[in-house]
Formats: sequence, structure tokens, C-alpha cells
Amino acid sequence: MSVFDNKSSESPSSCGLAGMSHNTLPLLNEVSHALKRLVRTGESTIIDLRAIPFGPGDEARLINLLGKGEVQATLDTLGKTTVTETRFAGVWLVDHYNSEDERIAFQIEIIDIPELLRAQTEDMYESLDLLGEVVEVEKQKLNGGSPAIQ
Amino acid sequence: MNEPMDFLIWTRSTAFDVAVTIFVIGVILRLFEIISLGRKQNLAEAKGTEFGPGMRTIFSRSVPDLGTFRRQPLTVVTGYMFHIGLFISLIMFVPHIELFRATFGFGWPGLPTPIVDAAAVLALIGLLAGLWHRIMNPVMQKITTFEDWLVWTLTFLPILTGYLAYHRMVDPYPLILGLHVLSVEALMIAFPFTKLMHTFTVFLSRWYNGAMNGRRGVES
Amino acid sequence: MAEKNTLGESLRRHGVSRRGFLKFCTATASLMALPPTMVPAIAEALEKAKRPSVIWLSFQECTGCTESLTRSHSPSVESLIFDHISLDYHHTLQAAAGEAAEAAREAAMHENKGKYILVVDGSIPLGDPGYSTIAGISNLEMLKETAKDAAAIVAVGTCAAFGGLPQANPNPTGAVSVSDIIKDKPIINVSGCPPIPTVITGVLAHFLTFGSIPDLDQYNRPKVFYGQSIHDRCYRRPFYDKGKFAETFDDEGAKAGWCLYKLGCKGPMTYNACATAKWNQGTSWPVESGHGCLGCSEPRFWDAGGFYNALSVPISDNSQTVAFAAAAGLALGAAAAGLNYKNKDEATKAHGTVTIDDLEKSS
Repeated sequence: MSVFDNKSSESPSSCGLAGMSHNTLPLLNEVSHALKRLVRTGESTIIDLRAIPFGPGDEARLINLLGKGEVQATLDTLGKTTVTETRFAGVWLVDHYNSEDERIAFQIEIIDIPELLRAQTEDMYESLDLLGEVVEVEKQKLNGGSPAIQ
Repeated sequence: MNEPMDFLIWTRSTAFDVAVTIFVIGVILRLFEIISLGRKQNLAEAKGTEFGPGMRTIFSRSVPDLGTFRRQPLTVVTGYMFHIGLFISLIMFVPHIELFRATFGFGWPGLPTPIVDAAAVLALIGLLAGLWHRIMNPVMQKITTFEDWLVWTLTFLPILTGYLAYHRMVDPYPLILGLHVLSVEALMIAFPFTKLMHTFTVFLSRWYNGAMNGRRGVES
Repeated sequence: MAEKNTLGESLRRHGVSRRGFLKFCTATASLMALPPTMVPAIAEALEKAKRPSVIWLSFQECTGCTESLTRSHSPSVESLIFDHISLDYHHTLQAAAGEAAEAAREAAMHENKGKYILVVDGSIPLGDPGYSTIAGISNLEMLKETAKDAAAIVAVGTCAAFGGLPQANPNPTGAVSVSDIIKDKPIINVSGCPPIPTVITGVLAHFLTFGSIPDLDQYNRPKVFYGQSIHDRCYRRPFYDKGKFAETFDDEGAKAGWCLYKLGCKGPMTYNACATAKWNQGTSWPVESGHGCLGCSEPRFWDAGGFYNALSVPISDNSQTVAFAAAAGLALGAAAAGLNYKNKDEATKAHGTVTIDDLEKSS
């Protein structure tokens, strides 16, 4: 799985191929412009990294340059998704995997908080019902309990 | 529905074979004929050698005569721009060198493409300036024949299409590459039968002029 | 068989949360090479998407396209899409055999009349129907019959899209592409030998999501995947521009990752998504692994010159042509010289001597 190889062997390979990279710098520029836009107008940007023709080591170099910030979150839905704030506030790396740990999407989000971290309205409605059920069950327990629910 | 690729394959195979055959037969036939004609034996006593001055003249005539330059600076400058530009883009572009290598079995190092690109632009500007001169100058108008227009067009098109192909300005690429190859083939076919032959004969005639002067003891 | 349920309903039934659905849509957008701004539109469309029936016909092919596709999916976003597509006939993958298999095809055609997607891999022989038959039905007949009620046709692989290897000179079977035969249906060509698996699924995902065919180029290939050439997206492009080329597959230039043009890379004439989609779960692609592009997603790539000859090298062997032409030129030149000498000779012979007396006489 290249995705992991790239990550674990970032520095040696990227140093050796330093002269080769030509996609890291334009991408950093794009991120910088997007951040400026976010700060000034509040407009967020998502960049699909799978649409960028990375050369060998480019991706590792980019991840290296972006570094790690304060927030890291893991979501578990249809496989794992990691959301990492980079050392630049407002710039996030969102890495989607499927249940087989294969990457299915990889994005840079320039936003105050990635949409996926917010609780979704539909899910909240569903939770409301669920919570209601739980409350009902607990109530019944307190009132002597019904044998059917244990 | 597969036209551009069919076209490219045709220009790179059948059409190229035809063009190369006509070009090589034509050029060799004409050179052989010219050389075999020879010259009348000169019975006058030689006042100097022929070989040295002949060889020298091949190169010395590449330096423009000052008088000519003063009268027609534009002609001289654009002529140089065009010829040097064409030479560099033809001989020093790596894909072209690969073609020579495949045909003749040997090649040479090429130049970085930005230099070749600049050379092609020089050649195009040189040719356009030449055309403008030909159209605007009354003397040039009088002495211009159909052949001149033909030769100008046949020379201009390969450089133009090559420039467009290199910069990928026409979509799809096989179409413009095919047009480039085809335009060169047209040039190759016309080459032996037009004034384009000067590419080879210029050196023959320069040598001959130099040799004659040398024999007569005149500075060449 | 095709279901009445929408994709949104079926995902919810599987306990997928809204977050999961958004993630699925994000991955789908990425798969279809659409910008992330399209995710809300995709979510809306997928919510309503119905499960379509797919009939897959394999003609003169090597099964490489099917291999490519099946290699792409362990449970992934592609497989989620495939779970949602009813693959009703695929003679390599289906369990049914013989008459039951053909019955499945006929049933799918009948039940989903006008709505099913027809996927074709392989070319169709016109030379002699006997070159390739399925259940005694010729490829031509089966294609015409199945295409008649299809909503759209996806020609997977260079053979189905352009004729491919079977059509290579001298084309012994008289192979043609799907679009050479079917003229009255929308055809999406997904060329490549084989095509990139995510491109195959991306196209199917597009149809599933939007119920329409994507923007196509002049070869009817989806522009999102075939819009740019290998050369334009190649990370080795700066070396081409600088004039730094590998001369052999193991020289210093090759090790330094220089341009492979001289080693026959057909990247400049080839339009495909290899540089971004990559192969083997995104591991690498031909140029990254040190081999030039063969041009496999282009029509007639088998006949477009040696795989290891530079693109600028003529297809036929010219050394011989040049040698023969030179010999012919010399012979003709000699003939012309002979003719010239003869003329000169005759002129010399015809030359009379004029004396001063002759001149005086005439005056």
C-alpha cells in the first residue's frame, strides 16, 4: 500500500528527488490563496489531492511541509477517516479510507472546521428518536422495570 | 472516426516513404548532374591555387558584405534570423535528431527545448519580415515569381505547425503533429525541383567562385 | 435485477450515517474526477439514484479489461457502486452457464427494456462470424440485438472502443469497434489496454449518479479522464523541456528520472488519466516505474510505430528507402549526365569552322 509507504519513508526519498518536484510549490501557493480567501471572505476551499499528478515523493513532501497542528480526529464510518489540522490553522488534511484500509479520497480542506466533523442534521434527528427510546427504557427501569426489557 | 490518428500514422509511414524517396532521388540526381557537367578546361596559365581560396570562400561569403548591409540591412538581418533559426530548430531539436538517428544510424546531442523554441520564433519572424519586404518593395514585387510564393509557404508551414505542435496549441495533438509531418513532406517533395536546392548548391557555387578567383590570382 | 429502491434508501437500510453518506459522495466525486464543490449535487443525485441493470458482453478480447476492473475492488467505493449495480450478464463473472446464462441476458433485456446499460469489451469480427461466437450467436448479431434496447453503451477497452489489438495490421478477422456498428445509441468509449479500473467505475458511477453520460471528447471518451495528455500531466515533463533524456533504461538519466521520450514514450500523443489515477491502488503508473507510455488508449496504437522508437521516428524502416533512393538517384543522375554529354558532343560535332573568307563572302 503506497499510501502508507509514502508516509513512513517521507524524508529519505523526498530528499533524493528534491529536484523533481514541481507540484508541491504550486499547491502550497493554492493553499495560501485559499486561506487568504477564507480569512477575508469566509469562503472555504476543498482541494482533491487525487486529481493532482504527484511525482514520486511529492505527496510525502507536501505532508511534511504542512506538518501537524493541534487537532487530530478519527471518524469511523464506512472505514476510517482521519482529519488532521496542519501546523497552519484553518488548513486540514482529510484522508478517507474504506473498510479494507485503502485510500478512497484525500483532500486538503481550507475551512474553520471540516464539514464531516460537525454533527449532521439528519443524524441528530435520528439520535433524538434514539435518545427518546433510551430515556423511555431508563424511566421504565426506575419504575420497577418491565421484565421484557431486563 | 479515427481520423487524426489514421492521418498521423499515414504521414509517418506511406507519405514519409514517398517524400523521402522523391527527395533523395531528386537531390542526388540534380547534384550528380550539376557536378558531372563540369567546366570547360581553362587553358590560361594559373596564377594561384584553386582549393584553398575555394574552401575559404565557402565560409567567407557567410559574412555579409558591408556595402550590401548598408543598402539592405533588413534583408541581411532577417535572412540571418531565418536561416539560423531554421538551422537550430531543424538540427538541434531532440525529436528531429532521433529521426536522423533512426534513418542514418547516428545522432548528436540536442539543445534544451526553450532555446529551440526561441530559434523557431526567430525563424518565423525572419520569414514574415522577408514576406513583408517581398510584398512592399517595388523591385522585389517585379522579380517575384510563383515559385517564390510557393517556396516561402512550404518553408513557413513546417515551422509554424512545429511551433503549434510543440506548444500543444491544437487539439488533438495527433492532428497537429500529422500536419507538421505532412508540411515537411511537401517541402521535401518540392525541394529538388525548386530554388530550395540552394541548401546544397550554395556551397558548390561558393567553392567554384573562390576557386576561379584563386586561379586568376584575385582576392576571394 | 434492477430494484425500485434508491441508493439513499438502501444505504440507510445498511445503517450508514449521514456522515458516511457524505464520505461516500466525496469519494464518488473524487472517483468521477469531479471537483469537491460537486459533492452536494452528487449527494442529492445519489439519494435518488435507482439501481440499474448492466449487461456486459465480451467479444474478441483477452479478459484483461475484466481483470483490471475486478482487481480494483476489494470492498471499496467502487464495490459500493457495484453493489448498487445489477450485473445481470457477464459470461466470465456470472455463476450461470450455458442456456441459463443466455436466458439471464434475455430476461434482463426484457425486464429493463430501454433502461439497461450495455458494457462491451472486445472488438467485433466482420470477416467471418465464426471467428467469435457466444452460444452459437455471432458477436455482430448479439451486439445488435442487445444494443437495440439499451439506454447507453459503454465500450470498455481499446478493442471495443477503437478495434484494438484484433484490428492491428493486417486485421485478419476484420475486427471493428462498437461505434463502427452501432450508430443510434449514446456510446461512451473507455479506452485503454486495459482501461484504468477507477475510470471504468467512474464512468458507471457518473451514469448511476446523474443518469446521463459525461462530457465526451471527439473519440467519445469522457473528458474528465481523457481531457489531458499523459505528457501534459507528466511529472517528468520539466526534463523534456530542459532537454534531459534517458538514453537507455539503466543509464544515469534513467536513474535520475529523466524524460523517456527517446526510449519511445508515446505520452505526447496519448490522452489518459494514468498520471493522477495511477495503477494498483494508486501505487504507480508506467512512466513513474521507468517505462514510457505505449499509447494504449489511442486508436491504432499497435500500428503507430515501435514501442521503443521515439514518436518522431517514421513508422517504416527508412534507412532502406534512403539507400534505394540514393542508388536510384545516382543511376538517374548518371543517365542525365550521359544525355548531357551526348548533347554537348553533338553540339561540338555540329560546330563548323568559319574563316575570314567565309564572312567576307556572305557580306
